Order: sequence, then structure tokens, then C-alpha cells
Amino acid sequence: MSSPMSSPMARQLVGKGAARTVRRRAVGDSRRPGWKTYLFLAIVLLISFFPFYFTVLLASSDAATIARNPIPSPIPGDNLFSNIARVISSDIKFWQALANSIIVSCVTALSVVFFATLAGFSFSKLRFRGREGLLVFVIATMAVPTQLGIVPLFIVMARLDWIGKLQAVIVPGMVTAFGVFWMTQYLREALPFELIEAARVDGASMIRTFISVALPAARPVAAMLALFTFVGSWTNFFWPFIVLGSSNPTLPVALQLLQASYFKDYSLIMAGVVVATLPLVLVFIVAGRQLVAGIMQGAVKG
Amino acid sequence: MHRLTWQQRLSRFDVKASPYLYISPFFILFAVVGLFPLAYTAWVSMHEWHLIGGQGAFVGLQNFTDVLGQPRFTVALRNTFSIFLLSSVPQVIAAIVIAYALDTNLRARTFWRMGVLLPYVVAPVAVSLIFSKLFADESGMLNALLGAVGIDGIGWHSSAFASHVAISTMVNFRWTGYNTLIFLAAMQAIPRELYEAAIVDGAARWRTFFSITIPMLRPTIIFVVITSTIGGLQIFDEPRMYDTLGLGGPDRQWMTLTMYIYELGWGTQMNFGRAAAVSWLLFLIIVAIGLVNFAITRRIASSGTKGARK
Repeated sequence: MSSPMSSPMARQLVGKGAARTVRRRAVGDSRRPGWKTYLFLAIVLLISFFPFYFTVLLASSDAATIARNPIPSPIPGDNLFSNIARVISSDIKFWQALANSIIVSCVTALSVVFFATLAGFSFSKLRFRGREGLLVFVIATMAVPTQLGIVPLFIVMARLDWIGKLQAVIVPGMVTAFGVFWMTQYLREALPFELIEAARVDGASMIRTFISVALPAARPVAAMLALFTFVGSWTNFFWPFIVLGSSNPTLPVALQLLQASYFKDYSLIMAGVVVATLPLVLVFIVAGRQLVAGIMQGAVKG
Repeated sequence: MHRLTWQQRLSRFDVKASPYLYISPFFILFAVVGLFPLAYTAWVSMHEWHLIGGQGAFVGLQNFTDVLGQPRFTVALRNTFSIFLLSSVPQVIAAIVIAYALDTNLRARTFWRMGVLLPYVVAPVAVSLIFSKLFADESGMLNALLGAVGIDGIGWHSSAFASHVAISTMVNFRWTGYNTLIFLAAMQAIPRELYEAAIVDGAARWRTFFSITIPMLRPTIIFVVITSTIGGLQIFDEPRMYDTLGLGGPDRQWMTLTMYIYELGWGTQMNFGRAAAVSWLLFLIIVAIGLVNFAITRRIASSGTKGARK
């Protein structure tokens, strides 16, 4: 299922949907897009690409030029690297922010995948009392705006002496309802009971069965879930801003700091945007296909 | 009956306890960082409570009446809803139209799909920094372009409504592509026979869009609206970063409720009691809207609309 096919599509290609697919191909001709469709989509892509281009134009310019020309020259200037160097040497603790973002995003992604797979294995394949009710509860929690508990959460973090420490950001995000639900859905179809029984007959304990059978079966969705969690943590601002602050920032918090201290120099701010965004753009180039597939498999917002 | 060996007993315990053990991390974490803080918010909201000073006297509903009496609360409520409507409605429409264009036999299909999703990887903070420059009142590119064709610049920061449009544009920039892919997946699940039959009957393509695609997408539309309501009403990052001060403008013209919570709790007042009161009010608003959404969904489901997905 790691191919960029949606499950409805996959269903159409097998079993009784197969005949339909043949007919569909005939209808397909009437759905062959004309040049207008391509033009429309090209415009959409230009609009979504323009802010990136604009950022690079400003990040490669200098404050005086930007102040003089509200409409930047369409050719990038040659200050990009010197501006990035200035961001790195400014007092926003750039390296610390980068390291923090990497640590928080990686640990959160790994943890969500592990705990979500564990719970998904249990919900989809193990029998226990209250299973259906508990699963419904998990799904219902997705509709709870937990961000609104920040005042007490902050009080708790203060009691634990976690203010300004990374665990204050990592721990609350270690497992998500979205991840548990997705894994449950996936393992229900992707992990045959026979495999579990075979492992059990061989005398494997439950946790052994999980590690040797469920984890490998979960791999395609695990990769997508890890990606979504990574992107979510990398771009997260509200809670890190409150609980970490400027003393121990992640990249988005450092960007806020950059804006507050150097608001007159837009070339510097935009260079900051470039360095904070570039890592995710690189991830996107390598794994964007997986993100597309993940959303299209009926994934919901994480 | 002969007695179970120690090992057999252990194995039986393993089978009985493991399922609960495996799901427990979620429930423990949700209880500690989700449920407990929400419940405790109600407690804090009924006390004098200072960021540094901590818990003070019990004041009943005083914080609520104080907050509800503040013009800023009303302004924040208005701004939040205005930004939410301006970002959700056009976004859903645009996403459906783009998805419809993608739901054809395109060449380089993955390229187009990845292209629309690209903005999703930009942090809202970064999006806001980019757009606050594009939408700058005096030195922004948009107003310069308007000026070039002889139109007066718009007060993208000074006017409340224009600032809401600008902030909504940021939200739409980041999320339209994401929702496009959700709609695309739902469109692909619509049986092609329906289109086939309509085309045989001589229906034009725009006609099939309104009479087949849209009705079949209804459950997905509701799903997208519900998820964006929960997130959209808590919007903070984009308006917070729309200017350097982060207070929502001189007249608080783009201050949202979550920004107001932040200002009350972590701003100069450091009043956790009032911040908790606003949190609780916003929570009730979101729950109320959620219930309305749920009722509408139930009604649509029972009126016999066939679901396009699931």
C-alpha cells in the first residue's frame, strides 16, 4: 500500500471492481484534461510557489534595496549566503534552535509511531473487554481542543520545573489519537490473524509478537505517520513559544525572536525563513510522495 | 485438574493484561496533558491566579464577568469568527475546484499533487513573516502593484476587515492543497458509472460537477469543515506574527481569542484566572459548534445521502 494509490482505487483494481476498471478506461477518454485544465493547475502551482520565490528574492537582497523597491527585482541578488551567515551569528541561538527542532521532531515522530502502532495492534488484533468503547473514546478525543488547557498545563510544567526544557514540548506529543486511529485502521486489514497465531504457537510472548509481526506489517503507514508528526512538530509554535521561550527556542520560536529584534531588516528575516523552511522542503522533495499518499488514504488532519 | 505451571500462568496474564497495557500510553497521556488541564482550567478560572504569585482567593465567576465586560473580548470573538469564515469558506471551494481539475487523466499526476501540497511544509510562523511583508501597508508588494494600476493602497494592517483577509490568505495558502488531496481521494471513490450515465444523457461537464460531484462529496465537506473548525477557532501563529508587537494591532483589530488568552496570562497582566476564563469560554464555543455540526451531519446522513467514502 505504499504506492500513491488511494484505497478506493486499490479496491477498484481487484476483485469485482476489476470489470468496472475496464469500463472506466473507456470513460476515461471523456475525462482526458484539455489545455485549460493544465493552464488552471499551472496557475495554482505558480500561486503556491510564488511566496517561496518572493522569500528567496528578499533573502538574497539587502535592507536598503528592499526599502526602496516594494516590488523586488525578479532576479535574486547575491547576498543570500551572507544573510544566512548573519542569521546564524545573530543572537537568536540559531544552532541551538536547529538542534532543538531536530531533537523534538525526531523524538516525537519516533515515539508517536511506536505507541500508536502498539495501541493500533491491540485495538485491531487483540480481544479484550471494552475494546469498541475505548476505540470510540480515542476517536472522540480528536474533537477535543486540548490546546485550551494551556494555563494548567503551564502550571504543571512549572511544578515539574520543566519550563524552558525540551521535555515540556516532547512529552505532551508522545502519542496522538490520530496516530492510534490510523494504525488501528491500517493493521486491521494489513496484518493477518494467521501471522499472529503462528508467532503465538511458536511460544512468542505478546510483546515479542508485536515486535516481530506487527511492527514490520505497519511499516508503510509508520513512515507516513512519522512524516506527518515530524512536519507537525517542526512547524509547531504556540506551545513551544509559551513553555520554552527565547532561552531555549525551537526554530519557529527563534524566527519570532528574529522578527522582534531585527524588524527593520527584512533581508535578514527572510534569510531566517529560508533556513527554517529549507530542511522541510528537502524532506518534502524526498518524501512528498508519501505525504500525498498519506492524506489520500483517508487520513485526517493531524 | 492439575495446576497450571508458573509459566502457563504468566502466559495467561500476558494475554489478559497486554491489550490494556498497549493502549494505556495514549489514555494516560490524554488524561494528564488533555483532560486534566481542561478540567483544571475551570478551577483556575474561578480563582485569582497570578503567573508568578500562583493561586489566590476563590472569586466564583468574577473572572468570567470581568472578561465578558471587556470590549477586547468582544473584539477578539469577532476577529476569530471573521478570520475563520474568511479562511474556511473560500478554502473549501478552492480545494474542491482544484481537486476536480486533478481528478482527470493528467500527465505527471504526482507532480501536480505534490505541487499543491508544497505550502503545507512551511511553518505558519514563516508563512506569516512572508505575507506580512507582501501585505505591508506602506512598503508592501500588493499595494505597490495596486498603485501601479492606479488603485489606492489598502490598509492591510490598519483596517480590521483587510487584516482578516490577509491573515485568512495565509491560512488558505498553507491548507488549501492539503484539503484538495482529501477531496481528490473522495472524488476518486465516486463510481465512474454515474458520470458515464450523465454524459450519455448529454450532460455537460459543469453540469456533472454540480449534480454528481458536489452531492457525493457532502460527507467529506462536512468532515473538512469540522476539522478546520476545531483548529481554525484556536488560530494563533499567523495573527501573532502579523506585526512585530504581536498584540493584534493598535486597536486589537486582528487579535484572536487565543492571542487574548496569551495576552491575559503571559502579557503584562499575568492573570491566569482570566486567561483560564477565556480558555473555558472558547472551549464551550468550540464544543457548541461541534454539536451543531454533529446534528447537521446526522440529519444529512439520515436523509439518505449516500456517503462517498467509508
